[in-house]
Amino acid sequence: MPTHDLNVTAVRAVNDALHKLPPDTNETLWQIDNPEGRHAIGVGIDAPVDVEINGHVGYYCGGMNKQASIRIHGNAGTGVAENMMSGLVHVMGDASQSAGATGCGGLLVIDGDAAARCGISMKGIDILVKGSIGAMSAFMAQAGSLVVLGNAGDALGDSIYEASIFVRGHVKSLGADCIEKPMTSEDRDRLADVLRRGGIDGEAKVEDFRMYGSARQLYHFHVDNIESY
Amino acid sequence: MSVPPIRTVPRFSATFDRYTISEIQRAAATGIYDIRGGGAKRKVPSFDDLLFLGASISRYPLEGYREKCGTDVVLGSRFAKKPIRLKTPVTIAGMSFGALSGPAKEALGRGASAVGTSTTTGDGGMTNEERGHSSLLVYQYLPSRYGMNPDDLRRADAIEIVIGQGAKPGGGGMLLGQKISARVAKMRTLPEGIDQRSASRHPDWTGPDDLEIKIEELREITDWEKPIYVKVGASRPYYDTALAVKSGADVVVIDGMQGGTAATQEVFIENVGIPTLAAIRPAVQALQDLGMHRKVQLIISGGIRNGADVAKALALGADAVAIGTAALIALGDNDPHLEAEYQALGTTAGAYDDWHEGRDPAGITTQDPELAKRLDPIVGGRRLANFLSVLTLETQTIARACGKSHIHNLEPEDLVALTVEAAAIARVPLVGTAWIPGQGKY
Repeated sequence: MPTHDLNVTAVRAVNDALHKLPPDTNETLWQIDNPEGRHAIGVGIDAPVDVEINGHVGYYCGGMNKQASIRIHGNAGTGVAENMMSGLVHVMGDASQSAGATGCGGLLVIDGDAAARCGISMKGIDILVKGSIGAMSAFMAQAGSLVVLGNAGDALGDSIYEASIFVRGHVKSLGADCIEKPMTSEDRDRLADVLRRGGIDGEAKVEDFRMYGSARQLYHFHVDNIESY
Repeated sequence: MSVPPIRTVPRFSATFDRYTISEIQRAAATGIYDIRGGGAKRKVPSFDDLLFLGASISRYPLEGYREKCGTDVVLGSRFAKKPIRLKTPVTIAGMSFGALSGPAKEALGRGASAVGTSTTTGDGGMTNEERGHSSLLVYQYLPSRYGMNPDDLRRADAIEIVIGQGAKPGGGGMLLGQKISARVAKMRTLPEGIDQRSASRHPDWTGPDDLEIKIEELREITDWEKPIYVKVGASRPYYDTALAVKSGADVVVIDGMQGGTAATQEVFIENVGIPTLAAIRPAVQALQDLGMHRKVQLIISGGIRNGADVAKALALGADAVAIGTAALIALGDNDPHLEAEYQALGTTAGAYDDWHEGRDPAGITTQDPELAKRLDPIVGGRRLANFLSVLTLETQTIARACGKSHIHNLEPEDLVALTVEAAAIARVPLVGTAWIPGQGKY
């Protein structure tokens, strides 16, 4: 198993080695020690590998990930798993702002809390936050599911498009054009799928969540909506 | 017998001119601001206010057509392993598939490639057609991140982080429902037919310290191969340039208010941002103050129309320019032979700017498949290549007249200004004097 101590090996060298992996690599288990808040660790991976990161990471860990399963045994800085395409990023601690921003696919799991703008402009990623999320989360979220076991801060889902937000706790306020919606059987299936993939389908019940999405009132410019502009 | 009244001729107001009156009437009827394409139409200090001095007893000219005047440009030499090498200092600015038709994007790629320069994606991702027809393609990284993915990052030749554009510094992208076709919607992960309003701020970074880390991430994803540009709308060019350099940019792109947009509020286009001419010297000053002039390259855009504009931008310190509106005109936008169709749209050739409506009779700013068919991308590409060649030849003509063996040897000393304003802005002497306003020497 390749093991890299970032106090010895530069992030550049580790990322370079990960980028050079062939699709059929048998080096599928990687360990990264002493990240100590360094940025851009494990970005741009495109291989079916497991990466264990022991410690706290800085900005953009796992950014644009494809295929890889990245587990962060610590907290994550801004933009963890930003623009992820597929695979898994699992933060064992808390995540800073913009977690999963613009993600297009895959699953982001955050065991603790996520700060403001969690899931901002998400485009198909699924995000499971076991704690609570900060203000302006799912701002302009376009597709995918944001599932929150705890509470949500102000202006949840402001200007949301077709993403779905499931919250088990309290929502402080909803943003422009975001409303609570009744769950269809398809919605319940999607929620159950995220809970299952996050490994907590036995702990959290679908019926305990409420769903939020777009009222679709601001999809077109109209003078009658001037209060919302 | 009554005496006929003697009247003065009708007098129109300078304050309430015909356009202003029509806009008030339009606003009263609709209740919503005017949206249009293109850049600022108001008269602003511009390259037209500058003249080259040319050779004289103390300056030797180069022989036209016989003595070489180099036009090659290298962009991204600061950090990128694979800098871009252009044969001409004129590049094609970012314009999206969505704002433009597929054939128009293909024509831009064909034309740029034919003369050895780059073209640029826009707020909608990269299409295979565009990549296939562009030998050098700059991939824009915008606040919306529509269509953003690591594969396209890696198959790009450079990455341009867009902070803003000259037509609307501080504003996000806009594409109205008429142009959100099924393909455009899919590329942007949006519902078909909605009025798309992109974010004006990037979703995962704020300020120059974050930008530095974002650039580091993009370099890591692409293994430090790609030049990274930072593009801003001209508003505070000195500080924006300095902060882009501090953040690690290879190239700074500054877009003046004459730079075009696919769709923006008229009030934004005409009243936010500064003219292209006014942006150059502060940006160059920032590079010089940091010891980075010619190490971090500067691209200037916004209303570049001819080789004289190119030469003047370079003489003031830019490394290259980008064209957008002029490129569309070269493809066939606002062509007088379409006058009857422009009239039917309530406008006239030369003034058509309703690019957001998707009804462009030239087939350029549309997603209507029937209209898009009107533009032959091979013919359009040839026209653009011709135009780019003329810009290059004109730039060389002026450079040779000033005795320069390379276009980058043009310098402010070669210029004078026709107006006090332009002299102050461009920091060159008022014609016939040694006076640079603000710098003494009457």
